[in-house]
Amino acid sequence: MITSFLAKALGRNIVIAAAILLALAALVPALNLLTAPDHALHVPTYVVSLFGKYLTYALLALALDLVWGFCGILSLGHAAFFALGGYAMGMYLMRQIGARGSYGNPLLPDFMVFLNWKELPWFWHGFDKFWFAALMAVLVPGLLAFVFGWFAFRSRVNGVYLSIITQAMTFALLLAFFRNDMGFGGNNGLTDFKDILGFNIQSNGTRSALFAASAIALALSLVITSGIVRSKYGKILIGVRDAESRTRFLGYRVEHMKLFAFVVSAMMAGVAGALYVPQVGIINPGEFEPANSIEVVIWTAVGGRGTLIGPIVGAIVVNGGKSIFTAAFPEFWLFALGGLFVLVTLFLPKGIVGTARQFVERRKEYRKAREAEAAAFAAEPQAAE
Amino acid sequence: MNTFVSNAKPTSILYLDGVSVSFDGFKALNSLSFVIEPGELRAIIGPNGAGKTTMMDIITGKTRPDAGEVFFKGTIDLTQKDETEIAQLGIGRKFQKPTVFESHTVWDNLELALNRNRGVFSTLFYRLTAEDKTRIEDILSTVRLVGRKDDYAAHLSHGQKQWLEIGMLLAQEPELLLVDEPVAGMTDAETAETATLLKEIAKTRSVVVVEHDMGFIRDLGVKVTCLAEGSVLAEGSIDFVSAHQKVIENYLGR
Ligand SMILES: Nc1ncnc2c1ncn2[C@@H]1O[C@H](COP(=O)(O)OP(=O)(O)OP(=O)(O)O)[C@@H](O)[C@H]1O
Ligand SMILES: [Mg+2]
Repeated sequence: MITSFLAKALGRNIVIAAAILLALAALVPALNLLTAPDHALHVPTYVVSLFGKYLTYALLALALDLVWGFCGILSLGHAAFFALGGYAMGMYLMRQIGARGSYGNPLLPDFMVFLNWKELPWFWHGFDKFWFAALMAVLVPGLLAFVFGWFAFRSRVNGVYLSIITQAMTFALLLAFFRNDMGFGGNNGLTDFKDILGFNIQSNGTRSALFAASAIALALSLVITSGIVRSKYGKILIGVRDAESRTRFLGYRVEHMKLFAFVVSAMMAGVAGALYVPQVGIINPGEFEPANSIEVVIWTAVGGRGTLIGPIVGAIVVNGGKSIFTAAFPEFWLFALGGLFVLVTLFLPKGIVGTARQFVERRKEYRKAREAEAAAFAAEPQAAE
Repeated sequence: MNTFVSNAKPTSILYLDGVSVSFDGFKALNSLSFVIEPGELRAIIGPNGAGKTTMMDIITGKTRPDAGEVFFKGTIDLTQKDETEIAQLGIGRKFQKPTVFESHTVWDNLELALNRNRGVFSTLFYRLTAEDKTRIEDILSTVRLVGRKDDYAAHLSHGQKQWLEIGMLLAQEPELLLVDEPVAGMTDAETAETATLLKEIAKTRSVVVVEHDMGFIRDLGVKVTCLAEGSVLAEGSIDFVSAHQKVIENYLGR
């Protein structure tokens, strides 16, 4: 009963994908923690962390799909929301270090002592509490998206121009976070984390828990986005993507429609960043690099824009490929990525999942047409009698 | 100011007086004035580039006039409002190039057009009510698309898209409908049916139809306004307008 209801409200594939993610959230930590290292099914900790990182990338790509795939907003600045979420988590992790830093200052992180600062800047207050940092990881990206979107969508900035100003946004943040006097560790960023919620950040148990948290966050976000795009609001969003003026002349406030999707998407990207930082152990201004945001677009395009599951597949496949490729030929990765993007655009314009879906739909239509033909044929002799 | 039109202002549904707009120095509308009465069906003709579509852009808030007055129901100044507000006031518009949501089904197109609360959160939590269902089914049969309700709008023929767009306007329940070239690309039979449909619609609301198809205009059998170079050339019955010397020179005779 409940499953059939869910399948109808969210789509069968989404329910299956979310169930797989939840199963992985339980299974992978179990195989890491409960099996001996020489066991055939043992999952080594570095693999757990690697895939945990991929899941946060997948969440970022899913967030982008909500605005790009369903509303036509090609954001080339989504990594900025991800990085802001990451910094919020990084600030919490910095404050957890306490007196264990190289300078032994119980209150100030090392880089502040190094800069000769005497007290904690106001915006670092509260980050000693996990709940506060978690809230900020969502609210700060959401607020930035709100302010940015408010002006951009009201002024009807569209298409390439919108993409360019999103790039400008992430670039401006990159420059700002590079500065030492901004109070976010400058060039080096935030690192040398010790523990999270009292658990050693390096331990197998914590790594597994972070993997599970990433998988659960991704499953939840998938369900939420699917609920959004299948609602009447989601259909309007698609309407805005395909025929913006038609939605306006039907009496919808297009800028509000876009703004809501943009803010929700930025918040999801923030969550992804917050889960990413403890798993990689560092956050620095490089995360704001404009190229990072462009990579997210490539993952989404490769997996299939506007399919929700596609971006998840794309993020994992491309980053898996990147890990393998950069180990073998590090200097060629960017060429490979560029080549992949060109190939997908030319030969798989709907991406992996989009193409698979199209194939299934064509087969269905073909079968329906054949059945209709057969039925017509069967009906004929009776009509003649 | 044109005294004839200004006297009509309080009782009119749509009132344009001295409306001008230019694009890069080119006067697309040149002191255009006319009045539509409540419940009226009006046909507008005129050569290509006469400013017919531009006039609709002005009424629906897409383009701001350089000069002139545009009032809805005598008191609402449309030049101060944007597309969304004007649509919510009850002015519906069919575009010259049929514009429907191609990646949605026929049913969803109508559901989105329904005159319901249009905010983000009310649409997010919207559930199809029995009342809305009946309304959509009614419109489907009015525009003869019952059998295609589950098909994607992209798969409709050109004529069917035109009809779907008219159906969407009906779902919007506007008081005034602006219909730009509804029979372009239709067969003769479809054209005749569209004339019947528009006459039916005009029983309960005001309709302004722009068309080039003179047979269709004749079928409508209503007052005709001929535009040329951004202003009114002649106004009256079809026989009066088509016998008008200037109209023959500028439009029909060409
Ligand atoms: N946004 C715009 N920018 C520049 N010129 C415009 C714009 N809109 C309309 N025009 C010009 O204004 C003139 C009137 O155009 P309009 O589309 O209103 O004509 P029309 O009467 O609808 O013609 P048709 O019968 O071909 O549809 C044309 O010369 C057109 O090129
Ligand atoms: Mg026109």
